[in-house]
Amino acid sequence: MSKDKTLTFAFMEPPFESARATTVFRLLAEAVGRGHDVNVFAYEGAVYLPFAPQKQHANAVHGRDEAQENHPLPKDWVAALLADAGKRGGKFDWVNCGLCVDERGASESIPGVRRGSPADFWKMASESLNTLVIGTH
Amino acid sequence: MKVLQIVSQAYRATVEEQDDTILWLTQAMKNAGGELDVLLTGDSVNYTIAGQDASGLSFGDWKQTQPPRIENDLLRMMGKGVKIFAVADDLVERGLGENGLVEGVRRLQRGDIPQLMNGYDQVWRW
Repeated sequence: MSKDKTLTFAFMEPPFESARATTVFRLLAEAVGRGHDVNVFAYEGAVYLPFAPQKQHANAVHGRDEAQENHPLPKDWVAALLADAGKRGGKFDWVNCGLCVDERGASESIPGVRRGSPADFWKMASESLNTLVIGTH
Repeated sequence: MKVLQIVSQAYRATVEEQDDTILWLTQAMKNAGGELDVLLTGDSVNYTIAGQDASGLSFGDWKQTQPPRIENDLLRMMGKGVKIFAVADDLVERGLGENGLVEGVRRLQRGDIPQLMNGYDQVWRW
């Protein structure tokens, strides 16, 4: 990864709880789309974003079955960004904080997500043009 | 690279996590060779009050044996060269004076924060 084109993001929010997750993914998609190599350090609840057992469901209130509802799943957003970066010849490195995974039992991540530590985050940030951290509030 | 970590939220899951998650992250990165300092703002200035005791949590037969000890975390961090700053205005607004602060914490006025930031390559506000 070239330092001049690499951006690192650290994110703490779990899925389905606030607008921050969607906002972060918009930023990630924009960065990938503009040809940046992207690192993500998922800290605390954010390790559930690429959690493989996420499942779509029907929604009786909406009057739609599971297929019609097509409920968004953040694990699919992670997979889509991994694929998009790959198609563009870029890098998209998603690191889940290992201890955060352990305490939540969130070890089943989609392929392409790797386990890491704050040392990985520091290394990614040190080798990036800039870093954006988005905490939970 | 030198980073200033700004912490403004206080006691966010500190009992479950046995620490403040950003102070923990700072220590872990420091141990990995990172160069970081911490600025406590808003409610998190309360972390600088010495003698806090968060022990005693219990549910039925379950008892917490290792409560958060944020004072010890601050002292450990400062012992490893991490500077801890606290915004004096935020302390005063909360009725917290100069007495009873954890030794070694540096107070600074809100207006001096930009100058402090100038000393860092990156500023991460959590």
